[in-house]
Amino acid sequence: MTQPVLEVRDLSTHFFTDDGEVKAVRGVSFEVMPGETVGIVGESGCGKSVTAMSLLGLVQRPGKVVHGEIMFKGQDLLKLNKEELRNIRGRDIAMIFQDPLSSLNPVLRIGFQIDEAMRSHDKIPKDDISQRGIDLLKQVRVPDAVHRIKDFPHQFSGGMRQRAMIAMGLSNKPDLLIADEPTTALDVTVQAQILELLRDLNEQTGAAIILITHNLGIVAGLCRRVLVMYAGEIVEEGPVEQIFESPQHPYTWSLLRSVPRIDSNRQDRLLSIEGLPPDLIDLPVGCKFNPRCPFRIERCFNEPPVIENVADAQRAACWVTMTRAYDEMNAATITDTSPGAASGVHPRGRRPAADLTPAATAETLSD
Amino acid sequence: MTDGAVAYPAAGAVAPATAGEPILRVVNVVKHFGAGVGASVKAVDGVSFDIMPGETVGLVGESGCGKSTLGRVITQLIPATSGEVILEGVDITKLRGEKLRQQRKQLQIIFQDPYASLDPRMTVGDIIAEPLVNFKMIGRGKAKDARVQELLRTVGLNPYFNNRYPHEFSGGQRQRIGIARALALNPKVIICDEPVSALDVSIQAQIINLLEDLQREFHLTYLFIAHDLSVVRHISNRVMVMYLGRICEVAPSDDLYRSQDHPYTRALLSSIPVPDPRIESKRRLVELTGEIPSPRNPPSGCLFHTRCPIAQVPGICADVVPPLEMKPDGHLASCHFSDQVRTKLAVTV
Repeated sequence: MTQPVLEVRDLSTHFFTDDGEVKAVRGVSFEVMPGETVGIVGESGCGKSVTAMSLLGLVQRPGKVVHGEIMFKGQDLLKLNKEELRNIRGRDIAMIFQDPLSSLNPVLRIGFQIDEAMRSHDKIPKDDISQRGIDLLKQVRVPDAVHRIKDFPHQFSGGMRQRAMIAMGLSNKPDLLIADEPTTALDVTVQAQILELLRDLNEQTGAAIILITHNLGIVAGLCRRVLVMYAGEIVEEGPVEQIFESPQHPYTWSLLRSVPRIDSNRQDRLLSIEGLPPDLIDLPVGCKFNPRCPFRIERCFNEPPVIENVADAQRAACWVTMTRAYDEMNAATITDTSPGAASGVHPRGRRPAADLTPAATAETLSD
Repeated sequence: MTDGAVAYPAAGAVAPATAGEPILRVVNVVKHFGAGVGASVKAVDGVSFDIMPGETVGLVGESGCGKSTLGRVITQLIPATSGEVILEGVDITKLRGEKLRQQRKQLQIIFQDPYASLDPRMTVGDIIAEPLVNFKMIGRGKAKDARVQELLRTVGLNPYFNNRYPHEFSGGQRQRIGIARALALNPKVIICDEPVSALDVSIQAQIINLLEDLQREFHLTYLFIAHDLSVVRHISNRVMVMYLGRICEVAPSDDLYRSQDHPYTRALLSSIPVPDPRIESKRRLVELTGEIPSPRNPPSGCLFHTRCPIAQVPGICADVVPPLEMKPDGHLASCHFSDQVRTKLAVTV
């Protein structure tokens, strides 16, 4: 059996702010196999980017990885010192970010910056560096690479800059590429090109990819496996086909029904998720999704669910799961998605209103 | 009017099946921004369309295509270089001062950024009541509070939030406040300029559903501007696709996924990821070559010919501006070879 290239165990990252301890990532565990494409999806503040930053030791004060292990090629990245981590970052694990313009140095030529990535690590022979820079730019399909390599970042369009960033990321033939919302700043036609490029490069180079995104469509197109995050935890994970076909966590299920699809019947009303994600300083007791979940039961308010197998290779952290919600709560036909609507569970007689501030949940709408 | 501006097709062609007079007519609107001596950026270059009462028309395009500029020109936030914007029979581009102000009551706008479009130093109640106070439609005190609370309730917020400040609200809630402000004057037409692009996925659906509910309740007419074709198609009756300052295709939303008459529309559709791995594995991208040309120096002939996979260059596409005209499937499109779009550009494997 092949060893995973990356194994994350019980990772927790907190931010120690003046307002309190923001528990951005709590007890996240997952692994990535060689050459695998894994998507991490979730909304802003769910901890997906902080997870990625934690992997590379990029979390800055007041943030701190408070617990966990990050095993990469047999060593725990959290136990390495700065110098040892630098040798891995950019060499064995590369990262590309959302905004390619602010990741590139505006006063240095593109070619210099790509070469610099190779010069900093001794993986590529010195004599090969400049030719490899041009080859990489060709590989990421920058037209006229021989000349464009002498351009400055401002002479590149947004899509081209992201291509240059990808070229830089791949320059040292990494085992793992972490892409944090790589196409969010780009137009949809350019996004499609970049995603196709990432797909091809994954096949050609065999580098595993962790793709962080809020867009479920992108995950469906690029990833083999997906982790769904909510309020700092992985709430569901499994093979992409399975998660999209039969999601078991109500959050995954709701997320898939809340986005308009270009190929769907237009008359269908979107099933929105009522309310807001929780305050990470003051988290709900029990399941973190209970204030918004239509299928919650009493147990959800008392005990946090543990992530466990719900199907072959699929895990979810839910006391109810969608199989039961379909069988017992008519999930297939619900139109009211307000909290507790399908299960009828409203503890302490509270009837929650849509979209209230966390601080104001006690004052509820009466009509 | 500039040469090459699209001729305005017969009213029946642009108008939907609904009978009656359009509530908003945009006729050959042009907006050029000066860019140094003798140069100009042709942000909007001859755009015409009608919107019927109660209809939602979507306007979609990539960054820099001129869609937001068009929205601002229609609301007269920036003056048009030429053309007419006819709101309920009155050309508001010709109005000035008080007359424009009065007419504009009917026409409100919701902005993209819910953080930048609310004054951080005003209470939510004052923000929502400001249009009412400006038009002297309400006094201070109890009547104002009552109306503000009614509006807050209408958009799904707690009515007793009227004394709070914008920073106390989340993005989705702020967008609701922006919507309440737009509703205050009982407008007939609302221009929604990317109202959900800054919001998280789960909040997007809340706002889209709210806009749909409000439309039914108050018989509103929307021009819905966005870059996300899935969202635009979902909420609109008709979708207009814009490229480099001009409309290249107008199609009924129900039909858009099945049939396209402009290669750009086809390319856009093929680029949108669908949250279904089985569909995704079969999807093929209509690859566009090159970059979007600069609107300062747009291409000759068809604006899209520099990137079009089926263009005849040299030939008709580089020389002749294709008119925006009715195609056999009932769409309006400006393409010389619209009959080849579906046969030559495969989108599935």
